[in-house]
Amino acid sequence: MSKHTFFQLDWFSILLVVILIGFGWGNIYSTTVTDANADILDFSKIYGKQILWIVMGFFLVIVVLSVEVKFYERFANAFYLIALLSLLGLLFFGKTIAGQTAWYSFGSFSIQPAEFVKATVALAMAKYLSGINVNLKRFKDQLQAFIIILLPILLIMLQPDAGSALIYLSFAIPLYREGLPHWYLTVAILAGVLFVLTLKFGFVIVSSALALLLTLAYLLNKSKKKSLGSYIFSALIAIGFSFSVSFMFNKVLLPHQQDRFDVLLEDDIDIKGTAFNLYQSQVAIGSGGSTGKGWLKGTQTQGRFVPEQHTDYIFSTVGEEWGFLGTSIIVILFATLLLRLYFIAERQKSQFNRVFGYSVFGILFFHFFVNIAMVIGLFPTVGIPLPFFSYGGSGLWGFLILIFIFLKLDAKRISLN
Amino acid sequence: MKKLLPLVLVSFSVIIFLTRLFYIQMIDDSYGDVSQNIAIRKVYDYPQRGYIFDRNGKLLVGNQPAYDVMIVPNDVKEFDTLALADLLNLTPERLKDRIENAIIYSPRLASVVTPQLTKDEYAYVQESMYKYAGFYIQKRSLRDYNVSHSANILGYIAEANQRDIKKNAYYQSGDFIGRRGVEQQYEDLLKGTRGVKHFLRDRFNRNIKPYKNKKYDTISKKGKDLSLTIDSELQAYGEKLMKNKRGGIVAIQPKTGEILSLVTAPSYDPEILVGRKRSRNYTEMYYDSISRPLYNRALQAVYPPGSPFKAFTDLIGLEENVMSPDETYYCKGYYSYGRSARMACHHHKNPVDAVSGLAYSCNAYFAQVYRHTIEKYDTPQEGIEVWRKHLESFGFGNYLGYDLPVGRKGLVPDADYYNRAYQYPKYKWYATATLSNAIGQGEVLTTPIQLANGIVAIANRGWYIKPHILKEVNGEPIKFEEYTKKNYTTIKPENFDPIIEGMHNAYEYGTARFLRVPGIEVCGKTGTAENKTRINGEIVQLEDHSIFVAYAPKDDPEIAIAVFVENGGFGSTYAGRISSLMIEKYLKDEIERTDLEKWILSNSLEEEYAKPYLIKEEMEN
Repeated sequence: MSKHTFFQLDWFSILLVVILIGFGWGNIYSTTVTDANADILDFSKIYGKQILWIVMGFFLVIVVLSVEVKFYERFANAFYLIALLSLLGLLFFGKTIAGQTAWYSFGSFSIQPAEFVKATVALAMAKYLSGINVNLKRFKDQLQAFIIILLPILLIMLQPDAGSALIYLSFAIPLYREGLPHWYLTVAILAGVLFVLTLKFGFVIVSSALALLLTLAYLLNKSKKKSLGSYIFSALIAIGFSFSVSFMFNKVLLPHQQDRFDVLLEDDIDIKGTAFNLYQSQVAIGSGGSTGKGWLKGTQTQGRFVPEQHTDYIFSTVGEEWGFLGTSIIVILFATLLLRLYFIAERQKSQFNRVFGYSVFGILFFHFFVNIAMVIGLFPTVGIPLPFFSYGGSGLWGFLILIFIFLKLDAKRISLN
Repeated sequence: MKKLLPLVLVSFSVIIFLTRLFYIQMIDDSYGDVSQNIAIRKVYDYPQRGYIFDRNGKLLVGNQPAYDVMIVPNDVKEFDTLALADLLNLTPERLKDRIENAIIYSPRLASVVTPQLTKDEYAYVQESMYKYAGFYIQKRSLRDYNVSHSANILGYIAEANQRDIKKNAYYQSGDFIGRRGVEQQYEDLLKGTRGVKHFLRDRFNRNIKPYKNKKYDTISKKGKDLSLTIDSELQAYGEKLMKNKRGGIVAIQPKTGEILSLVTAPSYDPEILVGRKRSRNYTEMYYDSISRPLYNRALQAVYPPGSPFKAFTDLIGLEENVMSPDETYYCKGYYSYGRSARMACHHHKNPVDAVSGLAYSCNAYFAQVYRHTIEKYDTPQEGIEVWRKHLESFGFGNYLGYDLPVGRKGLVPDADYYNRAYQYPKYKWYATATLSNAIGQGEVLTTPIQLANGIVAIANRGWYIKPHILKEVNGEPIKFEEYTKKNYTTIKPENFDPIIEGMHNAYEYGTARFLRVPGIEVCGKTGTAENKTRINGEIVQLEDHSIFVAYAPKDDPEIAIAVFVENGGFGSTYAGRISSLMIEKYLKDEIERTDLEKWILSNSLEEEYAKPYLIKEEMEN
């Protein structure tokens, strides 16, 4: 890493990352400490291990920053292939934890390849989209871009890990930025909304409402160019989709996934059964009040009532021990980091850099959004970590690699041109 | 457009996250309580109930330890129902019922599964309790009775029921609450304050550490000790005298209104309402409609007052100036108030006046005094109202305001009462229609304690302090105005002289002459109240109620007493003897007249009490 690179790095982003990691560790400590007098470097303890991951992560960052930028672009496809192989290898050499074969195990440490695959998909996507003849208005190119995303999704679904697979939908964001027709996004969002509405209110009400809405839209827009046929067509599609929701819900989703929807949509939930995690998490957050119960003083946290609190539910610790003050600061810190990355991505002259930056933004945003929405009861339970906060070496390293490759690209953007 | 997507996404998520977080953290405050319930275990330290002493510092009621088996339904893990039922000496169905009830009460709060194990049972059960998560043993304190009398005064304690819990937020399932008597009346003083320790617990239900450095923990505070006005020895003696009889004794210290003794018979041993046997014994007594041991005859039974009431007729006559104390009257053996209307009298010396009339209990004398009193006014209605006001100033016709939770108003009829009875103004009525009131056999009804209080007012020559049972709280004399204030009657002090003289003469040469207490100047009055009852629609005359009122010594009253013995016959027979013995016991501490005592102790009225049932049987056969 040259002196030049060092000064060109975006230190604001780095500062935000460091704050998040530091605060995150404090919360991991709170959820896993058993003896306040014990050494924080006790590597048999979760908080001790996390320190090790953070320190090793620091060296990883130095390595990432030392590599020539050209190297990432040139070997993007190779990385991508290695990543796919690593996912495939799991099927033969992977270690199964809680029903998911997602880890390679080395002694007391485990590596989760899916966390690193994101970075390679981002590189591969950036490389493909920055190709001279690629145009996302063309179906052939769209398909190829989709395949880049779909391959890792398929392999991850085999583990099975629906949460990690879901993250790859975030590549819709760079694709959209690079010219993917907007109706893809519109249709996806509408389908999501329809799906939830149908589950909540039932097919009859939703389809009648749809018919009514489209009739109104047609009557109000009569002078416009769209024909009656196109209204009827979209009405039929939408109603047909709504009709198929119960089939999809019952046949495609697994029972525990159905429960996760039910927990959010039904009024009468079983807080000792399917809704236990969510309920405990909300109680922890809700009881935090304005400024929280204080670090290491959260009754729910210290009683270990929230399952998976040091990993996916870490945000509930923030809520309980730091209150609304803490949660809103974290939300704003993440939002600031995301907007900073977006700003940096937009200032890139090279399309490769920009696609990669947008991918980093998208991946980070999805984790941030899905994780917090899940913990506060706005999204079905999906097992994905909160970046820099949740315990786990692979996740932390995955995010560090993503961000620092991008910061390195950004630092070198001037010298490239 | 394309460039704005990230901006939109980030702002959108920040807005919904902050709104949602603001709502659940700042507005919805239900999570705080839930969090407390989940993560904090409260361990209660139950207070000892206050002790109860008699007026001389003798301990009547103390405490003894007991152990309740409790359940917190949410904490229960799978367990061997049969083994636990066996351990707790329950049938498995019974155990299931109790657990279901506990869930209905609250899944998170503790309920009692088996109350009040003895020390030995506790030792045995405690050993295997660890096998049953969600069950634990709570140490409690039960009543320990030092005496076998005063059951109706003391009352008892029982577990607070759902109604108590709803009414007063302090109570929880398994708490004790006073029922009846002093335990109920002074529950707030006796109950003490529950202490609580808060522990942080984890999801395996283990205590981690004290919550917030014990900031919210409190230690239990023992209830206040009460000293009653009751004289334990006198009370025990009174209950002994009333064995095999029904009725009540009320003895009051005239200068203070302190109740020295409050006997109701039949009664029960307070010990039988302690612990696990309480419920069965209570139910048994509750449904005993023949001897009614839970019914406090001294406070709740209303009887016609009989001849003692003549003292009040006399007082009112003097106050209303319808005669002078030494005006004499010649009794012909009856009082005639119409062509064939006569009130019979008995044989006695003649002529009589305000003093000797009372000593001889001359019916005719009081009939004419009463008649003159009522007829002094233009209408009998006005007359009755004046008469009633005088009586009410003695505490008749209404609750006396003593500090025990049960009582009856008794009855002093007013003008309306007779207007209704005689359908006025369709028909007119006259003083003579109410003439039986003169001798306490009319519509007037009193409770023994009202009658005793009336005697207190006579002994004090015109005032009384409301009778009460509480003397000291934690050794400090009570200062309630209600129980220290003098209530004055409408009668001038000098008008009491002839009445006191007459009551004294009842002992000197009148109806109570063979009941004299050697060396003590007693004033008293016998009474006999007719006792008719309806059996299968027919009115049957049963043996009269025996009544006696007295106070002593004459010029420095220390005890006033009223005794009612149901079906006891002539006033001096049972009630008179009992009063006389009670006075001797209280003032001299020892009984010299052992023959008299023996007579009372060896005579039973159970045969009389069986009579109505025999008559009924005869009628039906």
